[in-house]
Amino acid sequence: MNRLDALRGPVSARPHDARAIAALAANPGCARRALLDAAGVDKDRTARHLGVPAPFGRSQFAITRGNAFEALVKENGCAGLLRLLRELFGLAVEEVGYQDVESVGAHLRHSHTRALIDRAAREGEGTAVFYDHPLLSLEIAGHTSYLEPDVVAFQLGGRFHIVEIKSFAVIDGQAAPDKVAAAARQAAVYVLALRTLLTDLGHDPRLASHEAVLVCPENFTNRPVATSLDVRRQLAVLRRQLARMTEVDRLLAEVPDGLTFDLAPDGDGVPTRPARELAEALSRVPARYAPDCLSTCDMCMFCRSEARECGSTDLLGRQVRDRLGGVSGMAEALGMAEGVLTPAEGQEEIALLLRTAERLRQECLR
Amino acid sequence: MSVLAALARLRAAREGVAQPIATVRHCHLASRPMVLVPLKLAGEAAAPLGAVVGTDPDHPRLLVVPQPRDRDLRFSFAAELAEVLLPYVEGFAGATETVERRGGEPYERCLDAPQILVPNRPAVTFLGLLGRSTRFRRADGPCPVHPSVPLLGRWLTYFADRSHRPGSSLLLAATEALSTHWATGQSALEDANLAALVGWIDPPEGMSGARAAEEAEDPLLWPPAGPATDPGFDNEVLAPAVRAYEEAPSGHAVERVAQALRTQLEPTWRLMWRAAGLLRALPEGGRVGERWEADRGSFTRFVERLAENGPPQARRDGAVGAAARLAGLERAQAGYEVQRAYDDPLIMAEYRLTGEAFAGTVTAADPGHAEGEGRSRKLRPLVTVKTADPVQPAPGTVLGSPDRRGHAAEVVEVAGDEITLKIVKGMGRGRTPAPGSVPEPGERVTYTSLTGDFPSSPALPDPELTPWTHGGPPEEYVPGDEEAREEWA
Amino acid sequence: MNDEGRGMTPQREAAAVVDAVLADLPRHRGVVVDSPPGAGKSTLVVRAAGHIAETGEPLMIVAQTNEQVDDLVERLATERPDLPIGRLAASGYVAPGRIQARPNVSVAGRVADLGDPAVVIATADKWAWVGDRTWPWAIVDEAYQMRSDKLLRIASLFERSLFVGDPGQLDPFSIVDGERWAGLSWDPVQSAVSVLLRHNPGLPVHRLPVSWRLPATAAPVVSEAFYPFTGFRAGTGPADRALELTAGGMRTCYDRALEEAASAGWALYELPSRHTVRTDAEAVRAVAVLAVRLLQRAPVAHSERGSHRVTPDRIAVGAAHRDQVAAIRAAGVPEEITVDTANRLQGREYDVTIVLHPLSGRRDATAFHLESGRLCVLTSRHRHACVVVARAGIPELLDAHPSAEPMRLGVPVRFPDGWEANQAVLAHLAKHRVTPLL
Repeated sequence: MNRLDALRGPVSARPHDARAIAALAANPGCARRALLDAAGVDKDRTARHLGVPAPFGRSQFAITRGNAFEALVKENGCAGLLRLLRELFGLAVEEVGYQDVESVGAHLRHSHTRALIDRAAREGEGTAVFYDHPLLSLEIAGHTSYLEPDVVAFQLGGRFHIVEIKSFAVIDGQAAPDKVAAAARQAAVYVLALRTLLTDLGHDPRLASHEAVLVCPENFTNRPVATSLDVRRQLAVLRRQLARMTEVDRLLAEVPDGLTFDLAPDGDGVPTRPARELAEALSRVPARYAPDCLSTCDMCMFCRSEARECGSTDLLGRQVRDRLGGVSGMAEALGMAEGVLTPAEGQEEIALLLRTAERLRQECLR
Repeated sequence: MSVLAALARLRAAREGVAQPIATVRHCHLASRPMVLVPLKLAGEAAAPLGAVVGTDPDHPRLLVVPQPRDRDLRFSFAAELAEVLLPYVEGFAGATETVERRGGEPYERCLDAPQILVPNRPAVTFLGLLGRSTRFRRADGPCPVHPSVPLLGRWLTYFADRSHRPGSSLLLAATEALSTHWATGQSALEDANLAALVGWIDPPEGMSGARAAEEAEDPLLWPPAGPATDPGFDNEVLAPAVRAYEEAPSGHAVERVAQALRTQLEPTWRLMWRAAGLLRALPEGGRVGERWEADRGSFTRFVERLAENGPPQARRDGAVGAAARLAGLERAQAGYEVQRAYDDPLIMAEYRLTGEAFAGTVTAADPGHAEGEGRSRKLRPLVTVKTADPVQPAPGTVLGSPDRRGHAAEVVEVAGDEITLKIVKGMGRGRTPAPGSVPEPGERVTYTSLTGDFPSSPALPDPELTPWTHGGPPEEYVPGDEEAREEWA
Repeated sequence: MNDEGRGMTPQREAAAVVDAVLADLPRHRGVVVDSPPGAGKSTLVVRAAGHIAETGEPLMIVAQTNEQVDDLVERLATERPDLPIGRLAASGYVAPGRIQARPNVSVAGRVADLGDPAVVIATADKWAWVGDRTWPWAIVDEAYQMRSDKLLRIASLFERSLFVGDPGQLDPFSIVDGERWAGLSWDPVQSAVSVLLRHNPGLPVHRLPVSWRLPATAAPVVSEAFYPFTGFRAGTGPADRALELTAGGMRTCYDRALEEAASAGWALYELPSRHTVRTDAEAVRAVAVLAVRLLQRAPVAHSERGSHRVTPDRIAVGAAHRDQVAAIRAAGVPEEITVDTANRLQGREYDVTIVLHPLSGRRDATAFHLESGRLCVLTSRHRHACVVVARAGIPELLDAHPSAEPMRLGVPVRFPDGWEANQAVLAHLAKHRVTPLL
């Protein structure tokens, strides 16, 4: 059995959707996360079984709003969307085709998408078509991941644009920068998948444009507005990240023999692995916890409590740790500040700085 | 983050309780602030769900939108908020003083100004958006609203804009105000949770701050301080209550939504007053009053602008407006940094640690020292300071001191741990220095290269003379029906 | 590299661009010239100034710092002794000797006190106080380092203008958050050129294709890492430049690093991997020792301009932060050697530079550390050689760098990406690595 399969246990690898793939670059320095992702371990389920789920709930109000907005944009074969794209790209087209790939049934969707894209790339000239729910795929660490088909691809004259429909508002031309960034990362995943497909089919990958289209509600209304997003940087990051994932061998070499994150589900899929044992197994692979994980990783609560147990300066944030010249223990840093701990070789400077800081603090708080 | 603040965080983590990173209060705290805790509907840009607001800790006023997707109900929320907020704000407009200024006409300034306290930065952003969505409305025309609504919109926009100005205290976010005075044993990211932050600073009897902060992360014990609500609450409590209202919009149904929101808002309301109390207990910094004066001046000008029936604030800054605002913000930022360091030895210590300031004891002084002869004779007292602080300034550097206003000195020589300074400003006009203007041997002094001398910024063109490089003169702004009618759904 | 440039000598290629720029001047309200490091920007400014002066119409020249203004005044006064030049300055300005001695230069605080010179030169800050006159012509130098709000204050002083600058260096910045204006075409914290071009997309943009400063060893590296789309080439060939260490060394690791730099144009002096405080004493000392040792080795620079001894004023030490600069200074770098931050080294030129790598010893990189312009400035100041001091481990740090930069609508994406640029430079430096013996 492959080492990654052994790590995951006898369940199928959790497929990566675009959101998950986009999140791969959130903390690339974390070996624990890299291995869990490469092995396709269900991190959410793992964290739940450990009793420390991440606080990532979604409000039904937000879900309803998102669905309603998407439906509105796609109404009448994306007629409203065409109007927006005409304005955005200055298009002269009046007529546009609409192909809902979802109509063919799940098992055929991927091959159907392939055929449609192939035909469009071949015939190109003079056509304009929306492909709704295209099912694209991407190779992640040796596994094929099918991407949740929640985008629209727009093809004009053989050139494709990924359209991301998001329900956060664009107000007077501005939107929340973190949300825009997340949308751009996701769009990049689809652009890359589309390019891979085009290459596969023997077409020029550049037919898939790096200009994605973001469609959001405008101001406080339901009226959609389209903005173009240049995702070249996100594409570069994504490529790097996927290339790194094929290098997990380096990480696997450090993993003790027989280590597994298997939840040992019973016949009903309920995990039977003792949580303590699972936690122990996880702790054999080092994490690189940072407070940013609290909004990006399912394992965040587990890693945070681990960092607390060992009194790691990681808890205080990347910047603080950097300021401390990389000193990893809080007690260690304090010991140096208070002069009760002799600094190790190479720590003389940070020790001196901390001692001076401590002296100044004491002087001012006297 | 400075090493000094990092050290405070380490200590907080070990002691289990937040540590001071300031010895004085750096924001103004009004004797009667207005606390406002807004909630918004998930998934919407600025749909209000409810709020608690008021100036009396014992009498919060709860505002509720039983169906937050209903446009009319949103505007009645705005009107209701206006009913509370406008009288409070306008109450400060009446009493003014006349301020004389050198080389200019005297002007009027309100004796005091309103102060609004909200839990966090997202609440400020939300108020800004609420202002944006209401200030263009009109009481007449196609989609009339209550006349107080657009006025509220302008005020909210004003407060939100002003809160980006460093050192302004007209609208304060509690988490930010607390974080400038205390360091917790967790990350800055986690400090954005008001309950956790207050837990670290002021844990309940018998509980550590760390434990209190951990409890604060449980949305059932401590609902989020808004404006975003807990998704669990949305799904399990709010959604059924709103649905019940939709099915039968009775008083009972409204009360059910109100009750639900009360459970989410009341804990934060109490936290807000605790936060105010914690800040109030700190002695006010020496230059806080100066900044509050600037706030009062700004407030007064806005009152005047409203009285003159000026148009509502534009959606985005024009080229000239943007440059003017940037210049103002940069001045305020630079001034705020200097003032904080001058007011607070613990802030100054950060500069001492990086070598931009030093403190020490005067070992020798020659107050009568002068340079030049006859008419060009200049009084230049010499002072030698012995310091244990790390880096020392290069000769020729001009330094200021928090110990004496208007005092400036130039570094003459650095020899070991002794620095000789030449006083160049602040000795008065006599042949000998004014009493007390030259530090005496044995005195503890602080000097820093951080000084408050900013060159004034040159004038900008009139907006109607915006040059071709910046798009030329903007079109004249005419508030249109479209904005007044803009859907809010 | 420009296609049309292929096959031409660098001299002819560059001259063709300058001719095209001058020809465009009367045809457009604004002309932009992108100039990579050492591509003859000042030469162009002097040429264009002379060209305009010949029309008999007055010219104003805008630079960003007093030092830049003085450099231009000196250069223009030398090359055009026939041209009356006015140097406008704020009160408190003392003209340096190199300017005071010029018969054709007048210095004053007000335009009216300058007489009526053909050319008036001042900083953008000083020009912003001038309001009672307009000039038919302007040249704005270092326009990519100028914030657009400064341009707004002076743009009504001129009718048409030539904007010259280096797009690869550090972007202007503000001490306050500029989020509010993100996406606006007149965003005041954007550079003068980006705002100008967003409002006037039809203006011609020329590129100087040849770097006369960077040697053949450096031009391709800098071009590829920091100017991936436009590119430029070296004006000199590998044989045109040589750095000779005339005094013998002692085979210390410092000597080896300097010898590598002398022969290959680059050296990476790599200390063992370790996370450190910003003012990493070991790295700081290495920088200082390298500077001292360089002088001891009595370097002589041979180039197309002839041969000269590399004196301390022809050497610079660069770092990212001010506290690092202070620490390096305190570590005993000879006083005549320039030690400064990347921001302040912009636009300067030296024979040899010694650089403390911004990412050395860091555990986590911030946007500040990764900014491509910072590394570009630091690695493109030299005519002969650049020695970079860094701790090992930077590739790992880059590898672990999370990518979560926020994105703002309507803000053009800036290239190159700092991450990629850092990788490219490191990959090249790795070929010139010298590690101290432990």
